[in-house]
Amino acid sequence: MPRHEPWNAGRAAEIVAEHGHLEGATLPILHALQETFGYVDAEAVPLIADALNLSRAEVHGCITFYHDFRSAPAGRRSVKLCRAEACQAQGSERLHGEILARLGVGWHETSADGAVTVEPVYCLGLCANGPAALVDEEPIARLTADSLSAALAEARS
Amino acid sequence: MSVTVTVPRDAVALGLGADRIARALFAGAERRGLDLTIVRTGSRGLLWLEPMIEVATAQGRVAYGPVTQGDVEALLDAGLAEGGDHPLRLGDPEKIPYLARQHRLTFHRCGVIDPVSVDDYRAHGGYRGLEAALRLGPEAVVGAVRESGLRGRGGAGFPAGIKWNTVMLAQADRKYVVCNADEGDSGTFADRIMMEGDPFCLIEGMTIAGIATGATRGYIYCRSEYPQAFRTLQEAIANGVAAGVLGDDVLGSGRSFHLEVRLGAGAYICGEETSLLESLEGKRGIVRAKPPIPALKGFLGRPTLVNNVMTFTAVPWILEHGAAAYAAYGQGRSLGTLPIQLAGNIKHGGLIEYAFGITLREVIEDFGGGTRSGRPVRAVQVGGPLGAYFPDSLLDTPLDYEAMAAKNGLVGHGGIVVFDDTVDMAAQARFAFEFCATESCGKCTPCRIGATRGVETMDKVMAGIRPAENLKLVEDLCEIMTDGSLCAMGGLTPMPVMSAITHFPDDFTRGGDLPIAAE
Repeated sequence: MPRHEPWNAGRAAEIVAEHGHLEGATLPILHALQETFGYVDAEAVPLIADALNLSRAEVHGCITFYHDFRSAPAGRRSVKLCRAEACQAQGSERLHGEILARLGVGWHETSADGAVTVEPVYCLGLCANGPAALVDEEPIARLTADSLSAALAEARS
Repeated sequence: MSVTVTVPRDAVALGLGADRIARALFAGAERRGLDLTIVRTGSRGLLWLEPMIEVATAQGRVAYGPVTQGDVEALLDAGLAEGGDHPLRLGDPEKIPYLARQHRLTFHRCGVIDPVSVDDYRAHGGYRGLEAALRLGPEAVVGAVRESGLRGRGGAGFPAGIKWNTVMLAQADRKYVVCNADEGDSGTFADRIMMEGDPFCLIEGMTIAGIATGATRGYIYCRSEYPQAFRTLQEAIANGVAAGVLGDDVLGSGRSFHLEVRLGAGAYICGEETSLLESLEGKRGIVRAKPPIPALKGFLGRPTLVNNVMTFTAVPWILEHGAAAYAAYGQGRSLGTLPIQLAGNIKHGGLIEYAFGITLREVIEDFGGGTRSGRPVRAVQVGGPLGAYFPDSLLDTPLDYEAMAAKNGLVGHGGIVVFDDTVDMAAQARFAFEFCATESCGKCTPCRIGATRGVETMDKVMAGIRPAENLKLVEDLCEIMTDGSLCAMGGLTPMPVMSAITHFPDDFTRGGDLPIAAE
């Protein structure tokens, strides 16, 4: 079952309208769009700008400022590997080399079969039990290359 | 009679298989005809023992840990339901020395209660602080916060009472209370454990702040790297509204306080309060110049009280027990307790709430039991990615805002990351610049350009290209960033860099001095 719906401008307009009343609605709208479609399509920019009385540049600027928002669909699974100091102290750098090699990707890349996108993250708050990762939204502590493979092999519950 | 077993739903426990354990317990109990109630709690913060499950027996709670899914059948066979003996049995969790010797004022409910149950929260002393606040009135509440000596726990250490007073006195049609829950510092997780384990403590603290300052609306800005905390907060707020502890008539007082949790989007800089406010307004998280201060002109231009999770969550205890009781902990101008987070290469990592004044060595050796790798401790980074690296010779420094500053370090958010002797401090210094380059908001030049130049120059030092000369450049750059940056991001990035250079000079000359032609 696909995790995300294909881009649909009508559906996007509904989402924008649902959140338009909030104070500072831009981020909640962008999160909701990305949760629905897996990314924020360029067509969403004028929709948001019109609804919130912002310029397109302001909306575009907001999307590009934050690491979380994607402008294109990612792989079916998202893997975020923590590269911050507490995980470094627990050997994350070597582990990441092994993981990236096993998946055949670099940072911010999606595997050739479209299965996995790997991104760096700076701290998941699992610092006493590192190295740490987030697979979709599920945390993994004491990460190894094998435990990541096992998590990716598991059917999404 | 049903037996209650608690299984944490804290992110660490989940990351180590807590959901699988809960399912195995349920299935195993069913097969045995055991009437078992599984309650999902937060974590007590003894993180090397996670997942730590507890069973309520007639003699009190009995803990087991660290449990894996594979242990569940054996635990049930050993009589888990009656607190039966097993190699993983830890006994009364409150008597585990790591926990017993702490000063758990703020965190005493974490891991004990169902985090999203208002009833459970109240049964464990919750909302006594707010009840006291409603009796006392705004000025006395602000007075209590001031007299407790509470300082901003996010890192800056600004006296909370002064901030609260400024917002209380500000005149405006609307005021806001905003919680900075963008806990981005590596090595810190106290906010996360609190939000996942006792979110009502934060909700109560913010409600008290609303009553005291005259703000009727609050926001929690939670980082997106904490999806569990975000969902727990949403659930707790919904339950709080249903129970009448939030909304138009807080605890039947006729006072109104509405609370909403907002999700960040992966920008470290949004932990800086003005950048956070920009982000909350729906803009790029660009730092604002101060003045005006947020207490007078914050969210949407209104007076806004911005405090960290740990600052707000200290307040219910202060109002319940009195400012003097809180100020009895700690030393000098650092009063009360500090939630210390012990992480990195450490045997017994976890949350240690303790009075200010405990030394780094006591934390690392007495609580932490040394490195997890078994190798000697070489460097300790205190206070997040913008904090100093300390060598062994400085480990007797007490955790206290002034004492740490005197050693060119900072308490920050109370995170301690331990490294063993395999660490390359030049690489850590380079990383500090790299992190700053990735996360700089770009508004001021020293931070935006300096960070990138810092990485390039450190690369030359590490490659042995005129290392002495390039190291001098790094030091110059650090001076400019310290003096010329708009906020702590650029202003403090030099702290890890300079501390590494100062305390671990040998690591910066390993590249040797290559002939100039090699450049």
